[in-house]
Amino acid sequence: MERVAIIGVAQTKYEQNKPDTFAELIYDVVSRALEDAGISIKEVDNVVSVSSDFWDGRTISSMAISDASGAFGKDITTVEGDGTFGALYGMMRILSGSFGCTVVCAHHKGSESNMRGITNTAFDPLVERRLGLDAINSAALQARRYMDKWGVWEEQFAAVSVKNHGNALRNPLAMLPMQISVDDVMASRKLADPLKLLDCSPVTDGACALILAAERHAKKWTTNKKRVWMKGVGHCSDAFRLGDRDLADTRALKQAAKKAYAMAGIADPVKQIDVAEVYDAFSYMELMWLEGLGFCEDGMGAEFVERGHADFEGKLPVNPSGGRLSAHPVQVAGLAAMAECVLQLRGEAGERQVDGAETALAHGINGMCGQSHCVWILGK
Amino acid sequence: MGKRVGIIGVGQTHHAAKRLDASGVELIAEAVTRALDDAQLTINDIDAFVIGNMDHFENINYVDMWAADGLGSCMKPVFKVTTGGTTGTTVGACGFYHVASGLFDVVMAVGWEKNSESDTQAAISTCANPTLERDSFAGAIGPLATEYSMYMKAYGATEEDAARVAARDRNNACNNPYAHIRQHVTVEEVLASPMLSYPIKFLDMCPRSDGACAVIFAVEEKAKKLCPKPAWVHCSVVRHDYTHFGDLEWTWMPTLERATKEAYRLAGIHDPLKELDVCELYLPASTCGVKWMDSCWFCDKGEAPQLIRKGVFEMDGELPINPSGGVISCNPIGATALIRVGEAAWQIMGRAGARQVEGAKKAMATGFGGCSWSDVFILGADLP
Repeated sequence: MERVAIIGVAQTKYEQNKPDTFAELIYDVVSRALEDAGISIKEVDNVVSVSSDFWDGRTISSMAISDASGAFGKDITTVEGDGTFGALYGMMRILSGSFGCTVVCAHHKGSESNMRGITNTAFDPLVERRLGLDAINSAALQARRYMDKWGVWEEQFAAVSVKNHGNALRNPLAMLPMQISVDDVMASRKLADPLKLLDCSPVTDGACALILAAERHAKKWTTNKKRVWMKGVGHCSDAFRLGDRDLADTRALKQAAKKAYAMAGIADPVKQIDVAEVYDAFSYMELMWLEGLGFCEDGMGAEFVERGHADFEGKLPVNPSGGRLSAHPVQVAGLAAMAECVLQLRGEAGERQVDGAETALAHGINGMCGQSHCVWILGK
Repeated sequence: MGKRVGIIGVGQTHHAAKRLDASGVELIAEAVTRALDDAQLTINDIDAFVIGNMDHFENINYVDMWAADGLGSCMKPVFKVTTGGTTGTTVGACGFYHVASGLFDVVMAVGWEKNSESDTQAAISTCANPTLERDSFAGAIGPLATEYSMYMKAYGATEEDAARVAARDRNNACNNPYAHIRQHVTVEEVLASPMLSYPIKFLDMCPRSDGACAVIFAVEEKAKKLCPKPAWVHCSVVRHDYTHFGDLEWTWMPTLERATKEAYRLAGIHDPLKELDVCELYLPASTCGVKWMDSCWFCDKGEAPQLIRKGVFEMDGELPINPSGGVISCNPIGATALIRVGEAAWQIMGRAGARQVEGAKKAMATGFGGCSWSDVFILGADLP
């Protein structure tokens, strides 16, 4: 099987109330990603955009960015969901032999959206939606179930927030770099018990683009230092209704990780992975996903973090970018996690560089309470 | 290089204006179950799913997550793709690339829509730029009326030419048990139907329907084993145009011209009118069935009306178009373009029943949507 490389990345700064239109955000990141790859739009033969009609407030949301992504006259398609799934489709299209170079781009303007209303429409319209469920209060149910199942407590969630906001101090693109304590998190406003404001990711605007290339092109266009290989990928979805799932169970993530690890030849993830960007939409989620990714036993995520293993200096730094807790442009977020991994593997991550990173993991989720997962292994 | 891919099963619902007997998830389950039956597989044989529809019609966010019970995708890989009217072919292409990539062996692509739960025109209107074009180019009918008016002026096509296409597709639908509207009409009846937006009349235009379609793609080795006569995918091509309607070329259809040209190149077709045996084209209005024939390279620019008048595209003509009745007989939007692919596959597989074109060996299916975007599939009885 031919290999696929990521040869260019670009992200905007993540912040609220960006004045740019969707098209301006996309034009910015696609142009800079092409520049990063050292190629022009002429070398690109297809585009995968990632957007959502709900978050964008317009039907066929990809129409707004078609020109700006360089798709005129090209083969373009749109994934609706997290950017990690967009990258997966981008890779499939190259592996099929039909294409040689794919632009994958995602945009999001949370500050023009109504988060509660939009995430409420992700629930069953007849029963669950009427209860007022949304991303935050359903996450609270999951957090409570996780606490109940494994005897985890709120301060242990808070520690994740402290770590990730602290990491963001080293990332100039992050929206919420903050030196905070567990007490600060515990004292922040309660949104849905047991989740407080600082347990939750912020509403964010931003965009990200990746340039993927078939091995034959990647080797011609870029130096070894610039190339990052897409070594393994897996995705899997759990049941839809919250009541049909054990919300503290991470079986879908385990399945996705198993597939990605098998493809990339990862037998011992903690030893073989040097840095991970994990989808911490909420503080507790990072703990659950660490377990699902096999970094520790089930129920031991909090201890993994407490022991400092996931710290910037730890044995497996998790979310050195500051994670989604420090900037959470929905759809963009997983693609941004991949872009961060690429910078880490190239040794271009600046102050947040994890020394000698050779293999990285990026993770994205779809749906409420992490119903669906996509796991990427990227490597030198 | 990638793997060769065959379609080994197709399923669709019995489409209707209002399927009050079924929820969206149940419509999906109906199409999924029928596709599995068609391929003689069980849900355990499906390695991955891809689904699509248009968000604002049913107001369900994360449809790929919500549809789990209908798809049978619990603990399986699934994601969503969506591109407006072309969603069906987008879903089909995504299923094809899943398999062609070598990452999955058997993949189910599903498109669906329950338009009876939507305000279709209002939802479509928000695709246009909110400050520049939403007032003038809102909805689906306006742009289509504009382009045929310009084509009539440029080449002398008539309202009657479009009415012939409408009568052809609507009468073909009588042979299709799944079609939403199955009603014999004459050219005179089409011409006498109420005007919607000049020159498009009520019987020229597509309806909005409830329904779903599922298509199963399999890798060469499995397709050969599982299906006596798979419909091999010879190519999938998409071409897009500008973002704003005002920037478009209106007297011909540039995206369809570019997409079909590339598709014919990939499939080794030199004279499409002769070499293709049957087409299932996404013609949202009968007027497109005139004008877009030029852009499919069936004739020189402006000559389509003559071919229509000669009956070239009738069931007994040289190249039958839309034996299923096409989009003006049935339009569950997120499924509509996938139905074109599924119907074309059935023609190749010899499973098209009363609407079968005898001995069809090469078929073309298209999708249309967004800002005049075009998708093309070419399927064949022989390996690509």
